[in-house]
Amino acid sequence: MATFTVNGKSVTLDVDDDTPLLWALRDELRLTGTKFGCGIAQCGACTVMLDGAPVRSCQTQVGTLDGAEITTIEGLDGPEAEAVQNAWTKIDVPQCGWCQSGQVMAATALLKDTPKPSDADIDNAMWGNVCRCATYVRIRAAIHDAADTLEG
Amino acid sequence: MTTQTRRQFLASSAGLVIGVSLPLKGRAQSGAAAVMTTGDAGEGTFAPNAFVRVAPDDTVTFICKHIEFGQGPYTGLATLVADEMDARWDQMRVESAPANDELYKNLFFGLQATGGSTAMANSWMQMRQAGAAARAMLVAAAAEEWGVDAAGITVAQGVVRHEGSGQSATFGDLAEAAARQDVPVEPAVKNPSEFTYIGTDMPKVDSRAKSNGTATFTMDVYRDGMEYVVVRHPDVMGATVAGFDATEAEKVRGVTAVRQIPQGVAVYATSTAAAIKGRNALSVEWDMSAAETRSSAEITAAFREAAQSQGLIVEEAGDSAAAIEGAATVHEAEFTFPYLAHATLEPMDAVLEVREGTAEIWMGAQFPGFDKGAVVQTLGLDPEKVTMNVMFAGGSFGRRAQTVPQIGSEIAEIAKAAGGDGAWKLIWTREDDMTGGFYRPLTVHKLRGGLDADGNIVGWEDRIVNQSIINGTMLDQGNPEDPTAYEGSTKMPYNLPNLTVDWVRMESPVPVLWWRSVGHTHTAYATEVFLDELLEKAGKDAVQGRLDLLKEDAGRDRAVLERVAEMAGWDGNRVKGDRAYGVALHESFSTYCAMIAEVSDDGGTPRVHKVWVAVDCGIAVNPNVIRAQIEGGLGYGLGSALYNALTLGEGGVVQERNFDTYRMLRITEMPEVEVEIIASDADPTGIGEPGTPPIAPAVANAWRALKGEAPRNLPMVS
Ligand code: FES
Ligand code: FES
Repeated sequence: MATFTVNGKSVTLDVDDDTPLLWALRDELRLTGTKFGCGIAQCGACTVMLDGAPVRSCQTQVGTLDGAEITTIEGLDGPEAEAVQNAWTKIDVPQCGWCQSGQVMAATALLKDTPKPSDADIDNAMWGNVCRCATYVRIRAAIHDAADTLEG
Repeated sequence: MTTQTRRQFLASSAGLVIGVSLPLKGRAQSGAAAVMTTGDAGEGTFAPNAFVRVAPDDTVTFICKHIEFGQGPYTGLATLVADEMDARWDQMRVESAPANDELYKNLFFGLQATGGSTAMANSWMQMRQAGAAARAMLVAAAAEEWGVDAAGITVAQGVVRHEGSGQSATFGDLAEAAARQDVPVEPAVKNPSEFTYIGTDMPKVDSRAKSNGTATFTMDVYRDGMEYVVVRHPDVMGATVAGFDATEAEKVRGVTAVRQIPQGVAVYATSTAAAIKGRNALSVEWDMSAAETRSSAEITAAFREAAQSQGLIVEEAGDSAAAIEGAATVHEAEFTFPYLAHATLEPMDAVLEVREGTAEIWMGAQFPGFDKGAVVQTLGLDPEKVTMNVMFAGGSFGRRAQTVPQIGSEIAEIAKAAGGDGAWKLIWTREDDMTGGFYRPLTVHKLRGGLDADGNIVGWEDRIVNQSIINGTMLDQGNPEDPTAYEGSTKMPYNLPNLTVDWVRMESPVPVLWWRSVGHTHTAYATEVFLDELLEKAGKDAVQGRLDLLKEDAGRDRAVLERVAEMAGWDGNRVKGDRAYGVALHESFSTYCAMIAEVSDDGGTPRVHKVWVAVDCGIAVNPNVIRAQIEGGLGYGLGSALYNALTLGEGGVVQERNFDTYRMLRITEMPEVEVEIIASDADPTGIGEPGTPPIAPAVANAWRALKGEAPRNLPMVS
């Protein structure tokens, strides 16, 4: 039993403590924007924000989350998120789309920390997010585009 | 214009094979995979054929017979319809067609199927006619309502107008009246000069939903009372369950049942997490009598041995043996290619609900009829009462085009074992997906080439040794040949007067499948690396040597090669500073593609900095989607060529079970990509796959310039 906040709402889940947050979000809360790709913290498809920092929800156990604040793609907002999602749409980043919630989470976290990221900053922030469709050229372009938008 | 009354039309239903004039019956029943759904066709909706619906709210819904897993058919085919209708882009909606092999067949294959980069090519005229028919009926309706001559009516941006009388109406206004008009059987389509959307970068219809988490995939489907199921599959291909002990698994909180099915042992639970935990607690004994217990090393050795003897000759010209015998220089090479997993980021999955003799399936199926058929047969249901919702899929690359309905059968067996009504979601973990078979075939190429004293290639031989993808499956037509095993080694664009290509077919319980660009995944590498080496031995430039060798009628190959050389500033110097340049040219799926790769040596590993690409895929319906497919296709090919082998270890056990060992290309390894699309008025051809084959040989040829040798055994990094 753990009580924490998801997208601003308090939730109490009666599941085993070792339940991965990923499956709790999806199966218990029906927040299906967070995706499963590997289950071993290798792909980033399951990325969510934990107290404002991106984490792999497949390797985050619900029992460790008492009092934590979780944000999923469904609850993502703010100027960085908006700029990222607009850039993603404008540049048509997604192909199959499966990785893209995670990419958007990671890119948003990057821009919150580093409003004007260099290519090296992008590499550092994004290398953990696999895109099997290899949309990387556009991910990079869209992050730069979002940064430009935020700069105004 | 030939017309038919609407009633005749509906009555003639099933067997009707007119491209456009497909009846209403069987049109989309569900918008589950819809991008922006309008719901079921309601009162007053105009549905001129199986592909187009115009609603009174002025939305136009295009029903897409091809599955969307990233290659862009929703956008590309909606563009055709919107253009011919003269619709507004923002009034267009896209929905997935349900399983119906008659209505929604791929015109190249004769059944509902997505694959072989055919979505655009087979739909090109059909969808344009579907749009044109809708437009003609809207115009006829307006003419009737306004009492004017149809000839004076124009349509633009979703508005129908009659200048003379000053009347105008939206599509939505006319929907009901249009539904009463005769359906044109062969509606006239536009001249290319009249295109408004075709040829432009129309924004993709699914980008927004795929950027905010709202796009709905199979794994996102939840049904009331649904159980979550994972299956303990064998570790070794072809093994079956001999016995199992579920005592510990059944103790796991949330596990509701453990049942044997033909595919393994299924664990049913109230959540995915519980099902996985339950599976981890199972112990299973396996019957290995039909299993592939050889390792990849042993299989490769057997294939190399088989490469010593001639196989089935699949292309022959002149006398290659004599020509090579008499050659001044003989060059030989053997290449080996491992099994490869598709590793779609959304692993295999399916949802099935059975209620009182009816069933509904949710799946990312490329051959939806096969998977639906598996459910119908396994559960003994009336096909009319089984609905298939073709969902967005998180990648496929061929994996979901199942020559045997692996996933449809498994979810059906899960339902059958449970008995009675219910709903089940089958989830494959990454480990299931990696070890589940249906790989790119392990392949050996053995090549011989001969040069005369002037450096002309006088003889060429290529022997391909691998398993058949088609033979022994539901697609087997009983032919001894299977071009998917060697396509690309045959019908090369080069003048090779003495040539023999032969195929040695091998058998193994390891199931194999098409993997993005199929045979071209290895033939492009073997032929373009070998040719590059021969040209160098002949003292010829890699680009000019290829141009000189191209056949008279290979104009499209020539154009992409010349263009890419210009783009990259090719000057014959293959090494500049620490960078080397390699070229490759390869046509696949009737699309012509040439690449030049800029590569450096990063501590013994090729590092690809930039790739220039010239591509000719006929009329570029959506250049933005074409560029995206080239970027993605070459990234997919590059990652595999550099890093990937699906290896059977000792006893046949798959070694790479997840991304920690099956390494994915990451953003840090993705080169810059510059694409040019050759202007063309030829009918559009495929784009999902042709970007994959040329990248590996281009990189290998650059690597050889740098290091003296091109890799003989893929992957390049091991
Ligand atoms: S599913 Fe969590 S990192 Fe891959
Ligand atoms: S868009 Fe398909 S995995 Fe990234």
